[in-house]
Amino acid sequence: MNEGKVSTEIYIHIPFCVKKCAYCDFLSFAGNEELKHRYVSALIYEIEHRVYKPKVEDVTSVFIGGGTPSILQIDEIERIMHAVRRRYRILPRAEVTIEVNPGTVDYKKLREMHELGINRLSIGLQSTNNEELKLLVRIHSYEEFLATYDAARDAGFTNINVDLIGALPTQKPLTWRENVVKVAELKPEHISAYSLIIEEGTRFYALYSDDEARRQRGERPIALPTEEEEREMDRITKEVLESYGYHRYEISNYALPGFECEHNKGYWTRKNYLGFGIGAAGMLEGIRYQNGKDIMHYIESGPDISEQMLTRKDEVEEYMFLGLRMDKGVTMSEFERLFNIPFRDVYGETTDSLERDGLIEVDGDAIRLTEHGRDISNYVLSEYIIG
Amino acid sequence: MAIDQSKIRNFCIIAHIDHGKSTLADRIIEKTGLLTSREMQAQVLDNMDLERERGITIKSQAVRIIYNANDGNEYIFNLIDTPGHVDFNYEVSRSLAACDGAILVVDAAQGVEAQTLANVYLALDHDLDVVPVINKIDLPSADPDKVVEEIEDIIGIEASDAPRISAKTGLNVEEVLEQIVTKIPAPKGDKDAPLKALIFDSLYDSYKGVIVFCRIMEGTIKPGMRMHMMATGAEADVVEVGYFGAGQFIPCDELPAGMVGYVTASIKNVKDTRVGDTITDAKNPCKEALPGYKKVQPMVYCGMYPADAAKYGDLRDALEKLQLNDASLFFESETSIALGFGFRCGFLGLLHLEIIQERLEREYNLDLVTTAPGVVYKVHKFGGEVIELTNPSNLPDPSEIEYMEEPIVNAEVMVSSEYVGAIMDLCQERRGKYISMEYIEQTRALIKYELPLNEIIYDFFDALKSRSRGYASFDYEIKGYEKSDLVKLDILVNKEEVDALSFIVFAGTAYERGRKMCEKLKEEIPRHLFEIPIQAAIGSKVIARETVKAMRKDVLAKCYGGDITRKRKLLDKQKEGKKRMRQVGNVEIPQEAFMSVLKLDEE
Repeated sequence: MNEGKVSTEIYIHIPFCVKKCAYCDFLSFAGNEELKHRYVSALIYEIEHRVYKPKVEDVTSVFIGGGTPSILQIDEIERIMHAVRRRYRILPRAEVTIEVNPGTVDYKKLREMHELGINRLSIGLQSTNNEELKLLVRIHSYEEFLATYDAARDAGFTNINVDLIGALPTQKPLTWRENVVKVAELKPEHISAYSLIIEEGTRFYALYSDDEARRQRGERPIALPTEEEEREMDRITKEVLESYGYHRYEISNYALPGFECEHNKGYWTRKNYLGFGIGAAGMLEGIRYQNGKDIMHYIESGPDISEQMLTRKDEVEEYMFLGLRMDKGVTMSEFERLFNIPFRDVYGETTDSLERDGLIEVDGDAIRLTEHGRDISNYVLSEYIIG
Repeated sequence: MAIDQSKIRNFCIIAHIDHGKSTLADRIIEKTGLLTSREMQAQVLDNMDLERERGITIKSQAVRIIYNANDGNEYIFNLIDTPGHVDFNYEVSRSLAACDGAILVVDAAQGVEAQTLANVYLALDHDLDVVPVINKIDLPSADPDKVVEEIEDIIGIEASDAPRISAKTGLNVEEVLEQIVTKIPAPKGDKDAPLKALIFDSLYDSYKGVIVFCRIMEGTIKPGMRMHMMATGAEADVVEVGYFGAGQFIPCDELPAGMVGYVTASIKNVKDTRVGDTITDAKNPCKEALPGYKKVQPMVYCGMYPADAAKYGDLRDALEKLQLNDASLFFESETSIALGFGFRCGFLGLLHLEIIQERLEREYNLDLVTTAPGVVYKVHKFGGEVIELTNPSNLPDPSEIEYMEEPIVNAEVMVSSEYVGAIMDLCQERRGKYISMEYIEQTRALIKYELPLNEIIYDFFDALKSRSRGYASFDYEIKGYEKSDLVKLDILVNKEEVDALSFIVFAGTAYERGRKMCEKLKEEIPRHLFEIPIQAAIGSKVIARETVKAMRKDVLAKCYGGDITRKRKLLDKQKEGKKRMRQVGNVEIPQEAFMSVLKLDEE
């Protein structure tokens, strides 16, 4: 147990959106100004007063996510940043990210964000095709995104991520390629390329869950891309982005050299992180926290925290299934240093069999997913769940 | 106090399922005053949990009650409960043999049904006086006058003065009690003659050993006697005799001719006390046994395997314990390449199978893999040898087989006229041979077919129900064996034959069954790293094929706010799924898949 002070990452959740997108099952909703204001006040209270053991001081990265954090007035964002700084020491070179959606920011707001010490933007674009944006029920057009992107550059942001979602209904590999090329041409430092998941409780679920089930069974879907098309799209993403100088460092994340997202990498490498706001999760020295999702409860009585002490088995499994998401994979020596048990005693058989199936490669000390292993990562990672 | 034989009434209640047999039994017990309302559980006679849940009576039981009749006398009523399901037909017939009369319960809204008829015929075969009772007259759709007509027309017994009751509310149940006194004859039999008693049930109790339920036909049985079971040849000293209170055994000094009661003796296994056997006095035996004894033969077989191979011993113990109470349950050990060590089990019918399976899972906490049930085929080899085939895997090479036979049943379906066409289609599809059809009234017909047993053990009841919107009732009895063109259908998963999936099928439907089986398995078997061909074959000839595609590329999900728990749940679920799998070659097959053949006709 670390008796002294430890360092951490911080995640802050802003659950508000202009309106709900058709595919989104994250904790977010539209809210009026008063609710937002009260939420921010509760958030600030949590940031300033929540006590952790061991004591935390240094913060290596901050990520304000949502929802759409950029929907907040700039002075609300300022209050949040000030609260973090009052309580914690954000290290000088720390990565501080905020998620923004086109249509919720202008040059002035971006400029002020930058002045608050926010040094990285994650812009939710999702598609460069206006038809597809309508299908997703996004609030903006591609042109509005371009305006936001240019304004961000003008405001001084030199580290920008753009989010894309592929495998949309009726999307074809060729239209996906256009998406990827258009974004790569803009040369953002980082690109996240996810594929659409039909989540329960979303508008898309009502529309496409049958089609998804069809695809799961190996039959030909009607609106959704076929498995072959999906695989093709993934291949296109990698090929196009690599030709523009990006490298894939995690299953769905690409970056120019030196611009990998430090905050997200923290999750994969099991760094400490504190989560503030409703639904936010945190992990500190082997204990996992999760805040409740009820906003009124949060505003009136503070976070409803559930706490889970991770067992050694949990930690061992997490180390593997999180670490293997990254291209560089995990190393047996680090495993043994962290858990003080021979790697092969725990995972020797699993690793041999996955290697035989061509799903992972063992390269000296390192273990990482192969191309095929990355395609079916859930299967591979689940093999590292013990018993 | 000596028992006055003329004041004894031994009777049972017969009815179609759901017509209110158990409820009437409850009311009779209640009205005779031996039990307070507080003591009444919903259904006193059905004391197995499972019975209550399914609303059926599995094992016949009996109760002795005292009734003060309007004539001023006190009567002993022995009410013998009979199982209502066709699987237990033989047990029904033995229960009836222990009675002198039967109350026939007919639902005032539903009227006469197939099982009503079957049960009445059984009762008449045993020379019982049948007392009709019209139940559920409180239902809005009740039409008692019409039902009286039906009973008179279809069954041919007088029903004009049949009590019209509601067993549920207790309305007019007293009338039933009076008619038991006036219409059911007292038993006969000489209590000083050599002992002759009919076993109609038995159960194993860990303290008392086997408890035999019997009807004394002649003579008297008392503790200290040495009794002899005439069919099995077993002998034992009588330890205790008595009668049945509600839910308990009440010992007495002796049971004379005409009485119904129980006997305990130092018997360890119910196999020695077969239902239908005759008990006599070893020292002073009767001349001949009571007629009608037959050893019940299992009609349906399946393989039962522990999901966890280490539980093989536990499964054996559980089956042995169940068998103590259920002589009709058969099992022997067998080995399957796909499923490992398990047992081939024999049952009276599909319901019996389901009950045993459920008891193993619930009462013994066993996780089972069950293979598709099949009937017993007779395989005639060249040279005259006949094999009774209970496991498809043991079918000899086709070159050795001269011909095969399968069991055939006489089936009766009673159905409203509008569904006659649909039901005949169904019977036709199931290889039925039309025998006859008669309209028993304008709107209802009784259809008789001969059907192969293997066509009705799976889902015939369900199909019947759905095609008649619930307006058909069904009953059958085994007719015998007939020559048939049968083949063994093998299933190959990734080119490997899976023995536990083989089944015997009529040659004419083999292609269709094979194709459906492949389709079903394609749904059941999860996608693997590689493509898996699923083939159906007869001998070396492949007749159907499906392919389980290789594993799909995962979608690339965003990991929201460090919510690792969500990610973990997904992986845990994936891993958990693997536990319910059986490894065959390099393919994991879910346990449920071994029952796939049962679901071939689902839409």
